[in-house]
Amino acid sequence: MPTAAYLDYLDRLEAEAIHILREVAGQFERPALLFSGGKDSIALTRLAEKAFRPGKFPFPLVHIDTGHNFEEIINYRDELAAHLGEKLIVRRVEDTIRERGLHEPGGKYPSRNPLQTYTLLDVIEEFEFDACIGGARRDEEKARAKERIFSVRDDFGQWDPKRQRPELWNIYNGRIQKGENVRVFPISNWTELDVWNYIQRENIKLPGIYFSHERQCVVLPSGQLLGFSEHLNLDDTDEIVNRRVRFRTVGDSTCTAAVESDAASVHDIIQDLLLAKVSERGATRLDDNLSETGMEDRKRNGYF
Amino acid sequence: MDLLRFITCGSVDDGKSTLIGRLLYDSDSVSLDVLATLEKRRATTGGDVDLALLTDGLKAEREQGITIDVAHKYFTTPRRKFIITDAPGHVQYTRNMVTGTSNADLAIVLVDARQGVIEQTRRHTLLASLLGIQHFVLAVNKMDLVGHEEVIFQKIVADYAAIAEQLKLPSVVAIPLSALNGDNVVRRSTFLPWYHGPSLLEHLESVPATIDANPNEPRFQVQYVIRPQTEELPDYRGYAGRIQSGTYRPGDRVRIWPSGLETVIEAIEVNQLEVAAASAPQGVVLRLRDDVDVSRGATIVPVSAHPAVVRELEATLCWMDERPLRAGRKLLVQHHAATVKAAVTTILQKTNIETFESQGTDEARLNDIVRVRLKTALPLVADEYRQNRVTGAFILVDEQTGATLAAGLIAATDPEYFTEEVPAEAVFSI
Repeated sequence: MPTAAYLDYLDRLEAEAIHILREVAGQFERPALLFSGGKDSIALTRLAEKAFRPGKFPFPLVHIDTGHNFEEIINYRDELAAHLGEKLIVRRVEDTIRERGLHEPGGKYPSRNPLQTYTLLDVIEEFEFDACIGGARRDEEKARAKERIFSVRDDFGQWDPKRQRPELWNIYNGRIQKGENVRVFPISNWTELDVWNYIQRENIKLPGIYFSHERQCVVLPSGQLLGFSEHLNLDDTDEIVNRRVRFRTVGDSTCTAAVESDAASVHDIIQDLLLAKVSERGATRLDDNLSETGMEDRKRNGYF
Repeated sequence: MDLLRFITCGSVDDGKSTLIGRLLYDSDSVSLDVLATLEKRRATTGGDVDLALLTDGLKAEREQGITIDVAHKYFTTPRRKFIITDAPGHVQYTRNMVTGTSNADLAIVLVDARQGVIEQTRRHTLLASLLGIQHFVLAVNKMDLVGHEEVIFQKIVADYAAIAEQLKLPSVVAIPLSALNGDNVVRRSTFLPWYHGPSLLEHLESVPATIDANPNEPRFQVQYVIRPQTEELPDYRGYAGRIQSGTYRPGDRVRIWPSGLETVIEAIEVNQLEVAAASAPQGVVLRLRDDVDVSRGATIVPVSAHPAVVRELEATLCWMDERPLRAGRKLLVQHHAATVKAAVTTILQKTNIETFESQGTDEARLNDIVRVRLKTALPLVADEYRQNRVTGAFILVDEQTGATLAAGLIAATDPEYFTEEVPAEAVFSI
C-alpha cells in the first residue's frame, strides 16, 4: 500500500505555487510575470523554472521601472533575464508621466509608487495581458490578507473587496470577460521568513542591497533610514550619515527604508528575522504608514 | 516542520477575531509596529488593546466591527507552521465560511459560554462536516463571564455532543477558554483548575497535520503540456500537473481518461530530475511511453484503478450567487483543470441547516445547501467527495460573467456511462 511521502511545509508551499503557475499557463492566452527585482519576484522566477522547464516560460517578465530604482536591481534584472533566456519587457514610469501629462510627485521624498499603477495599466493594455503574476504575500499587510490568489480586476484594474469570487479548494477560476484581467499571487501563503528559507534552500543569488553594506543614509524624523539618492529633495538641516544597512524590500528608493544590520548572508538574515520584532512593511515602507488603510485604497485604484 | 491549516468559525460576537489576535499575540507573532498601530487606536477609543483589529483588515470591517471577508493569518511555533483562515460569522457570509473551510484541516467552532450552542454553531458545524473536516475543536469562549463554572462548560459539551453524533464527526476536542484574557489559548489557565486538557495551541501543535486525500487512489490531472520544440529536445512532451492523490512511479501502467487509452509512465520529473516515486500534493512532469493524445484536463490513472467516468452525477451544492438556481440552468463545471458545459437537470432537495433535515425545493437561493443532478456535455473523471476531497470537488461557473456560482461536492456518480471509446478531445479546457 503506497503511503504519502513526507513533505515539509516548504515543499507544500512550493507545490502550491507551481500548481498556481501552471493554472495560469493553462487558463490564459497572454499572461505576464510582473518582475520587480525584489526577492519575492526572484523566488517566483525560480518557481516558474520548476513549473515549466525544460520548456520556456509561457509568459514574459515585465518590469515597471519607476526610474527610482537602485542600480544594483536594474543590473540584476538584466543578468537574470539573460541567464534565464526569457523575454523581458521594461516600461518606464517616466514615459507614462510624459505621455499622460501626469504630475511628477513633489515633496522631500517624491515616491513614484502611486504612478506605477498607470504604467502597469498601460502595459496591460499594450500587450493585452489577461493575467499578471505578482509576488505579493498575504502576510505583508492587512488588506492583502483578504486578497484572493486569482484576483479579478475590472477594465480600470480596480479591486472591489466585496465582490471577490469565492476561491474554493485549489480550484482557480480564471474565466473573465473582455477588458477584465486577473492578478495572480502564487506565493500568497508564504511569509517573509518562508521566502528567505526558500532562498536559502534553493541557493538563489540575490542583489547585493539585501545584504549588509555601507551606505549614505538620511535619518528620517521617525528614526528610519533612507538610502541617499539624487531623487530626494533634502533640506540643509537633514542629517546624512554612513551606516551599515540592508534592505528588506526593494521598491521606489525614495520610500523604501533601510534597516541597520550586519547580516551578510542569507543565513544571517534568517537569524535576524527570527529575532525581528518589526514587520517588513512597517520597517521599510513609508507609504503604508500614511494612513491605516493606505494599501486598501491603492489596491482599489488598481495598484498591484 | 509540518503545516496545519485551520478555520475559526462561530457567531458574530463570539470573539473569533479576538481569539486569533490572542493566538498571534501570545505566540509572539505580532510585530512591534502592528502593536503600535493598535495602541494608537486604543489611545483614541479607550479600553484595552483590541486584538480583533489584528485580523479585521478592511475599512468597512473596522467601521462596523465585524468580519466581512475571509482573512488569512500565518504564524509559526517551534513545532509547526499554521495558516489560519478567519471566516465571517454572519448568515449572509456563509459562502465565505464554505470558501475558508474548503482548504482547512481542522475547524475551531467557537461558542460564547453565556449563550451556549446556538443555531450558527449547528450551521457552521454542518458546513465544516460537509466539507470533510476531520478534526473539530469546540472552543467555549468567554468563560470569565460565567465565573469559570465547570457546569456551564459541561452543559455546552453535552449539547454539542448531540450535534457531533448526528453528523458523525470523526473527532471533537472541547476546550474552555477566554480569548480576551488569554486563558487556555496559548498558556493553560489557573482560573479553570477543573480542566486538565491541553491549551488550544498545545492541541493545535499535536493534532495530526495535513492529511492528503485518499493515498490509495492515485489521481493525476494534466494542467499543461510542456513541449520545448528545441534542437536539443525536438520531441520532448511532458505532462505537467499536480498529483491529486496517491503515489506514482515510473513503469506504472496507466490509462488516460476520459479516452481510456493505455500506456506506461516512462519517467517522472521533478525540477527536471527523474525521481523513483512522487506523491500528492507534489507538482511533477510525467513522460509517457507512447505518443498518445493527451491535453489539459485529462486524468492519468493506474490501470488497476477504475475511476467513474460519467456524464451524469449527483452533487451537493453550496449556492453562492444572488440569482437563485432553478432546474434547467446551463453553466460550466470546472473540475480542476477540466471545464465542461453542464446543466442542472433536477434540484432534488435542500438541507435545512438548522435541523439538518432534507426538504423538497424547486430552487436554491444564496447560501442554500442543495442536492442536485447534473448532466455534463462531456465526460468527467469523478470521485465521490467523501472518498477523495480533491477529485470529488468542483465549482460551477457562469458561462457569461465567469462568476463562481457554487461549490460542488460529488455525492454519487452514475455508472451507466462508462466507456473506453470516447475520443481524447472529449475534455476541453478553458
